[in-house]
Amino acid sequence: MLSCLWIVVAFPLAGFAALALGGSRMPSRLVALVGAGTVGISAALSLALGVSFVISPPLGRQFTQTLWAWMSVPPFSPTVSLCLDPLSLVSICVILAVAFLILLYSSEFMRGEEGYARFFAYMDLFVGAMLILVLANDLVCMYLGWEGVGLCSFLLIGFWYKVPRNVAAARKAFLVTRVGDAALLAGIFLVVNNLGTLSIPEVLSRAAASWPAGSAVANAGAALFLVGAIAKSAQIPLHVWLPDAMAGPSPVSALIHAATMVTAGVYLIARLHPLFQLAPPVLFGVACVGAVTVLAGGLAALAQRDIKRILAYSTMSQIGYMFLALGVGAFSAAVFHFMVHAFFKSLLFLGAGVVIRGLNQEHDIFKMGGMRHALPGTFWAFTIGVCSLCALPLVTAGFYSKDLILSSVLSAAQGPLWLWLAGVAGAFITTLYAFRMLFAVFFGEARTRCSKGPGKNMGCALAALSLLSVIAGFCQTPRGLGSVSLFANFLAPALPHLTEQFGRRQAALSLVAAMVPVVGIMVAWTLYVHRPKALHGYEKFAALAAVHQFARAGFGFDALYEFCFVKPVAYLSRINRNDVSIAYVGAVSRVAEALHYLLSMTQTGRVRWYAAGVGIGAVILIGIGVLL
Amino acid sequence: MTTVPLSHALLLSGVLFAIGLSGVITRRNMILVLLSAEIMLNAAGLAFVAAGSRWLAPDGQIMFLFILAAAAVEVSIGLALVLRQSHLAKSLDIDAAGSMKG
Amino acid sequence: MNILFCAAAAIAIVSSIAAVSRNHAIHAILFLVVSFVSVSLVFYTLGAPFIAALEVITYAGAIMVLFMFAIMLLNLGAHAVHRERQWQPRIVWIGSGLLSLVLLAELAWTFSRNGAQTGNLPVPPAQVGLTLFGTYLLGVELASMLLLAGLVGAYYLGKRSGASVNTKGASDDDGPA
Repeated sequence: MLSCLWIVVAFPLAGFAALALGGSRMPSRLVALVGAGTVGISAALSLALGVSFVISPPLGRQFTQTLWAWMSVPPFSPTVSLCLDPLSLVSICVILAVAFLILLYSSEFMRGEEGYARFFAYMDLFVGAMLILVLANDLVCMYLGWEGVGLCSFLLIGFWYKVPRNVAAARKAFLVTRVGDAALLAGIFLVVNNLGTLSIPEVLSRAAASWPAGSAVANAGAALFLVGAIAKSAQIPLHVWLPDAMAGPSPVSALIHAATMVTAGVYLIARLHPLFQLAPPVLFGVACVGAVTVLAGGLAALAQRDIKRILAYSTMSQIGYMFLALGVGAFSAAVFHFMVHAFFKSLLFLGAGVVIRGLNQEHDIFKMGGMRHALPGTFWAFTIGVCSLCALPLVTAGFYSKDLILSSVLSAAQGPLWLWLAGVAGAFITTLYAFRMLFAVFFGEARTRCSKGPGKNMGCALAALSLLSVIAGFCQTPRGLGSVSLFANFLAPALPHLTEQFGRRQAALSLVAAMVPVVGIMVAWTLYVHRPKALHGYEKFAALAAVHQFARAGFGFDALYEFCFVKPVAYLSRINRNDVSIAYVGAVSRVAEALHYLLSMTQTGRVRWYAAGVGIGAVILIGIGVLL
Repeated sequence: MTTVPLSHALLLSGVLFAIGLSGVITRRNMILVLLSAEIMLNAAGLAFVAAGSRWLAPDGQIMFLFILAAAAVEVSIGLALVLRQSHLAKSLDIDAAGSMKG
Repeated sequence: MNILFCAAAAIAIVSSIAAVSRNHAIHAILFLVVSFVSVSLVFYTLGAPFIAALEVITYAGAIMVLFMFAIMLLNLGAHAVHRERQWQPRIVWIGSGLLSLVLLAELAWTFSRNGAQTGNLPVPPAQVGLTLFGTYLLGVELASMLLLAGLVGAYYLGKRSGASVNTKGASDDDGPA
């Protein structure tokens, strides 16, 4: 049964091939069937694989399937091989389930769009590449998947390519993640040079054997992988591409920029965790990056008006939580949050898509309002998503995952209290911006009229994701509430056990963390529903308005990069427009023209001249014969 | 009888050929250009006959016969063309027929 | 034989130079006739009497007469001589003379390395005829076809152009080709 692993990857890629070759000739129902159906089959197959894995686990709880050897230039010998262990199994089940639901949603959302087949083709290619990334047992194979998802992100952000802004956003995303890709590639080269192998289990065992903990080579390798992860997961400082990436359609934002691609960095660190454990400073760096991003993302989201940009910064912030968990060694907690976040964030994006579509492409939340009467189903789905995001205690899955992260942070090796405070402050800010969004869009008076609501497919997807956002958390509950540990136990051999300290202090702090969302809801209600005028009063202060503007512009990172990198490169390419190599090319054409002119001067049209030419030729030829 | 050295005969042929070539290049009257070409043809035929005589074979003379036939045809057609051109251009100047330049 | 050869060769060279450099077209043709007759004598000394005869009959007798007819058709007049003198200043002979001299030098160098003698017996016409219609029969046929082509071509090219034949009843025909 487990040898059907490659089929899971092959189906979406086959869907891509079919749609790329013949999609423009297929009717749209067939396109949706092929596009979503292949992913659905893969999803079902992944669940079957999971059941088989649980019932009869393979040796060492890891199943490797080598498909073929890519090339062999020793020591650089990548192979195309897939590995199914608990971590990748959880990942592919989540990815395929979410992808299938999103494709179901987009079969209706994107109907009538020109490029319908192109959309599904790209989405299938993306799912295939993501599966390759997750299932890869070989560093170069994983890099193939990494680049593949980057490519599909570019193609899908710029899906409506006729608008220049979208293309610019796609290019920005590609270029910024390229910085990370370069670092990742450097890391791979360092590994293969130093350890002589590309197979991931081999790399991890050899590194543990030959690299001393905290040594320069371990730090360098881990740092390079970290930079790659930071760029792909949109953490500070390489996060600038994510808010602009919202130029793509909502299903794209849901799948790529919420649930799957941006979590590739988290997956990378979880997969290579022995490497990171050999480099404690880098691991601490992971936690710090996560903490900073939690706060920065949350504060920026608080100042945005565009609904999708709020969700983009929110994604950044939540992935910061995952990085925080990874940085303190709670790898299973990070994966748990990845799973839960995939469900509720894609739910939020799909709901936002319904609202935007209904309001005729209106993105500004302060121009919306009163949607809960026009779109009741969407309102309930969105509310469930928001509550899960804010980690509302006990009823939502988000609570369990966030609680696990925060309690693991308390048992961190360095600076546990500061990290915990950052996490809790982040939770408060999360609640603020999430409920600000909810109240602005769904409550109050309707400023724009809603023209259409979700159809059957969209409603199904929203309902399924809402259900998952609620129940997915019950597989891992904290000590005081049932102490279910299904998830962590399942991931046990692949990821280290969670070390949790129990004690009074622990329990008290957990209670505080749990109450923060409730307090946040009350504050948000007061600020945004009860007395909105109070906020407008604060805007009169110029300093506060400046801070607000600064936060809305993403804390000036865009301006900084523009000044440091974009402007110099643009200037250099402008002054280099007519440089030496161009002159060389021009010279070739000028020489050809000159030769042509010279030769055409011999065409005088005079017979005597031609006869003389023949004579001269004869003289030369006979002369050669004479001389030689 | 004493025989003529082959190199002398060939040299004579070469001299006549060179004279004909200089005539072709220099003269501007179309008919005289054709005339100079005839000298060249004759010189080539002389070379053939001399070579055939060296081997005591009739092949050289036969070759000259063919050259003769070709020369006759060439002259007749050439002169017809010259007459046509002189009617068109009202001149016998060969440089006036240089419109195919460039 | 040798003396006859040298004399005939000298006359041929001198008259060729004269033919090429005359300003009066008829003079040039006449000089060329002399040249051909002396070349025919050269052929005789080389042991090719048949060809010697043919040279006089065909080349000097037919082709040169053709040239003469063409010139007379053109009705050139006295100003033609003057025009020729204008066209042929002495200076133009330098370039072509140089080229011819270089060519001649090369040819002389090539030919003089050959020390063979030409045959001491003439090759009789009978032998020529037998070989011609034996081995080279195909060539004869081809030559006859060439002559046919020349005939047709000359006839066509010599006809007056269509416009003056059809539109004007009494065209200013000054003789057919």
